[in-house]
Order: sequence, then structure tokens, then C-alpha cells
Amino acid sequence: MSHSRRSWLLIGGLLLAIAVLFGLSLMSGRVWAPWSAWVDRADPRWAIIFELRLPRTVLAVAIGAALGLSGAAMQGYTRNPLADPGVLGVSSMAALGAVMSLYLGLAFTATWLLPACAILGAGLGVVLMLALAGTTGGTVTFLLAGVILNTVASAGVALALSLAPNPWAAQEIISWLLGSLADRSVEEVRLAVPLIVVGLAILLTLRKSLDALTLGETGAVALGVNLSAVRVILAVGVGIASGASVAVTGLIGFVGLIAPHLVRPLVGHRPGALLIPSALAGSALVLAADIVVRLTPSAAEMRLGVATAAVGGPFFLALLISMRRRLA
Amino acid sequence: MTAPPISGATLSADNLTVSLGGRAVLHGVSAEFRAGEVTAVVGPNGAGKSTLLACLAGLRKPDAGSVSLEGAPLAALSHRERARKIGFLPQTPEVAWAVDVETLVGLGRTPHSGMRGLSEADRLAVARALKHTDLEELALREVKSLSGGERGRALFARVLAGEPSWLLADEPLAGLDPGHQLDAVDLMRGFAAQAGQGVVMTLHDLAIAARLADRVLVLVDGRLIADGPPREALTPDVLARAYGVTARVVEGQSGPLIELVGRHG
Repeated sequence: MSHSRRSWLLIGGLLLAIAVLFGLSLMSGRVWAPWSAWVDRADPRWAIIFELRLPRTVLAVAIGAALGLSGAAMQGYTRNPLADPGVLGVSSMAALGAVMSLYLGLAFTATWLLPACAILGAGLGVVLMLALAGTTGGTVTFLLAGVILNTVASAGVALALSLAPNPWAAQEIISWLLGSLADRSVEEVRLAVPLIVVGLAILLTLRKSLDALTLGETGAVALGVNLSAVRVILAVGVGIASGASVAVTGLIGFVGLIAPHLVRPLVGHRPGALLIPSALAGSALVLAADIVVRLTPSAAEMRLGVATAAVGGPFFLALLISMRRRLA
Repeated sequence: MTAPPISGATLSADNLTVSLGGRAVLHGVSAEFRAGEVTAVVGPNGAGKSTLLACLAGLRKPDAGSVSLEGAPLAALSHRERARKIGFLPQTPEVAWAVDVETLVGLGRTPHSGMRGLSEADRLAVARALKHTDLEELALREVKSLSGGERGRALFARVLAGEPSWLLADEPLAGLDPGHQLDAVDLMRGFAAQAGQGVVMTLHDLAIAARLADRVLVLVDGRLIADGPPREALTPDVLARAYGVTARVVEGQSGPLIELVGRHG
């Protein structure tokens, strides 16, 4: 079967999975809402479905796509299968931007200021990562750049916490940092989804260049790729997509790391062809994780960021072990 | 042996000067390359061979001087136009990810293809390149699983698929055994034999340069000290200046044979 036919089949399959999970996400939670409750406006569960669960579900799809595609684009650019907005420090930089806006009280003057600061932080994170790793950066150099950015960003967040004007502000910051989709409303959907769509559209223009980067930077330049333009597009696209995600959900790690790996063999390992399937796989992953979080019996709902880390940590470890010989 | 040069189909370097980290790597190098010829650039380590090739391929901007392609400055071309005319084989070609041979060769179409992937014309060019390099049977094999010789052929097919006028190769024979070196030489000669096409490559091996090239440039400390057919360029005097060796050059069946006698002086 040709590569492109296989890609279309894969995209169809992923869309189907997302549709099923989307329905399940509307049904499941503390109150089970079967199909019959969806069509009856008089049913008390109708409000639960459309006012509480629908925004949350739409956000899960959007941020999953944003993280999955950002991860795939970053892995393609760095030729590093361990790259992801979280691992390379981009998400922490977005969080630092958002926390600064909370700390300085900007976020309370206008709702768009928090996402704007998060996007700025994420974009700056990509620029710093590329600058730290340099043009000939190998896998290890990029990971070290990520360690530095993560360290600096968490130091900044800790500083903001310790200097927080009142316990309420500190509580707000901590709770948001943990990453969750609970209690998100149409407000957040309106804020984040258009931005994420723009970010994804920007990143999708990189398809051909990322394919060419399979031949390394010299190979890609020899094939006519304008590397400086690619870097700018990557910083802007990842900045907007992952910055907007972090702004509304806090830190949800490892989705950008796992999603590309799930679909890479199915697209013939081509980094460009990987982008759309990886976005869809990211959506499916976050949807599934958010359903699991709601169904897990516990006093307070488990945090989504904690759940993805619980799956992502071991996944990262397994990847690292399988790559150990290459990295040594 | 040399095909008649086609007027206009030339690549030329005019007074190229490049410094890297304060050290001058090329001092005013001027040379003209003609289609129909295989030109070898030889010289001791650190002489500036790779830098010269990168300038010719448009991958590095010289600090002074210019490169022109068919009479027009290379710097005036768009990245894409330049990539259509000049195919480049780096010294240590990187192939990331577990792509198969057909995908790798398809990447050679990057300067031609649109956003929506490979067109029918692109696919035909890939098929021709695979056929020419005898890789049809290996088309679906992962590049990482190939032997050194097969990998070399696949990378060459990648350049062929782009249908460039010029093939610039940095040490294309390094790491190949003698049999595969000769196969690679045949592919290079075949490329230069096509109308309007030429090859420039850097080489370490003087014996192969003498045998394969129509023309040899000898680069020492960023300056050209000889430029001409192997017999004229690779003289004992030039070899002494370039490498500090005493050499004898005798007439062989397919070109001059170079015998190293010992270290000079």
C-alpha cells in the first residue's frame, strides 16, 4: 500500500476514535448521562452535558492536538525523538509567563493577558532552546537546553510563589500549575481554540521542510530549505499552540512526546506526514486521559496533568532505555 | 574522454575569500568548472576543500568574491532555484528516522514538488533514479539497514532524482572499499556525460583523482597551486609543495600513476 493511502486510512481511523471518545467524554463522569439525556432539554442532565462537559471535551480535543502537533514538529526539527514542549522547557516557559501575569495582577485586568503572556513565554522558550542548542545541536545538546530552561522557569515560578502577595494568589498559581480540564467553561474555549487553530495552521506549513530535515541541516539547506524561516515559523507556531494550551489548562506533560511515537511507524517515519496524525493522536490521548481522570474513584478529582505524567514518565524512561546506545 | 563544453553551462568561482573564526580558509580562489567534466579538488587536510565546495553549492556565503552559475550570480537565485540546479552530497550525510530508500530518494524532489507532496512527474523522476542506481529491489528497505555501498548509491540516487545540472560531492568515496569506489566513480562519470551536467568533488585519494578526473585543482592553505588535467596538475613539484612528499609520476594505462617515494626534504 502506498504511503499516502496508508496516511489517509490512519487519519480516518484516528478521527473515528476521537468521535467515539468525544461521545464517551460527554456521557461519563460522576453522573452517567446516556444518549437519551442528550436530546431531552427537560432532563436535568442536559445542562451537565452541554454546559460542563462540552467545553471540557472541546478543550481536550484542542489542547491534545496542539501538544501532539507541537511535539511532532519539535521532534522533526531537532531530529530528536525525545523532544516535546514539556521536555525541552517550552511549556515551563509558558507557565512562567502565565504565572508572572498572575503575580503581577495583569491577568485580573483583562482575560486575554494571561494567554498572551503564556504565548510570549512559550515563543521565547523555543527561541532560547534553539539558541542554547545551536545549529549543530545533537540529541544530548537539545535535552541539556531543555534541562536549563526547565530549571530557570521553575525557579522563576518558585520565586513568584514565595513572593506572592497573599495566600490566595499562591493557591491559585499552584492549582493552575497542576494541569486540569475541570470546570473549564465556554470562556476558555473561546479564548484558546481560535489561537490553537492558528498555531496549528502555522506549523502545518512546515511539512515539506521537516521532511527535508531528515537529511540534516546541511542536507535540507542544499535542498532549498530556508532554515532561518523554519526556525521563526517553529517558534511562532509552537509558541501560540502550546502557549494557548498551557494558558487554559496548566501543565499537561508528555502528550507531545507520546503522540508522535504512536503514529510514526504508520506514516513511514516521515516527519512532515506525521504532523496531522500526531495532532489527532494527541486529541485522542487527552480525551481518553480526561475520561479516566473523571471515572477514577477518589475524593477530589485526580489532576489530568498528574495522570498524563503517570503514563508519560514510564514511556519516557522506556524510550531512553531503547536509545541508550545511541546517546552514549 | 572530455565532452565538448557546452557554452554557458558553467559554474565559476571568482576571487573567493572566507575566514572562519579569524583564520583565513580561502584566499582569493578563482576557478571555472565546465559541464561535461569531472573536476577533483585535492589538497592536504585543512586546505579549505570543503569550504570551497560549500561556497560553490551556495551553502556558505564567501566573505569576499562570488560564485556564478551560467553567468549569473548564485546569490541572486532563490533557495529553491539554486537547489534545482545544484545537487550537493555532504561529507557525512545524515539520514534521521527510519525512512525507506524510496522516501529518501523522494526527498531529492523537494525543490520541485509542491505543498501537496510528490506529483506524477516527481514519482517518475524517483523511479528513474532508483533504476539508474540499481536500487529498485531495495526501494522499500529501511536506509539504516543498507550496507555502506548500497547506502552510498541511495544517497546518490537522492541527488539524481532532483535532476540538477551540477553534482557537488564532498569526499564521496571516503569509507568505501575499492570495488564500491569504482562503482561510485562510474556513477559520477555517467552523470557528467549527460548533456549540460558537471561534477565537482573533493577527494583525498590522489590515485583515484588522477584516474577519474578530467581536471584536478590542488588547494593548499586556501590557495590554488595547480589547475589542469591530472598530468599537468599532479606533478612531483606540486605534490612536494602540497603534501611535503617526494613522488614519482609514471604513465599508467588509464592515466598517470603516482608513487610516493617518501617524506620530502
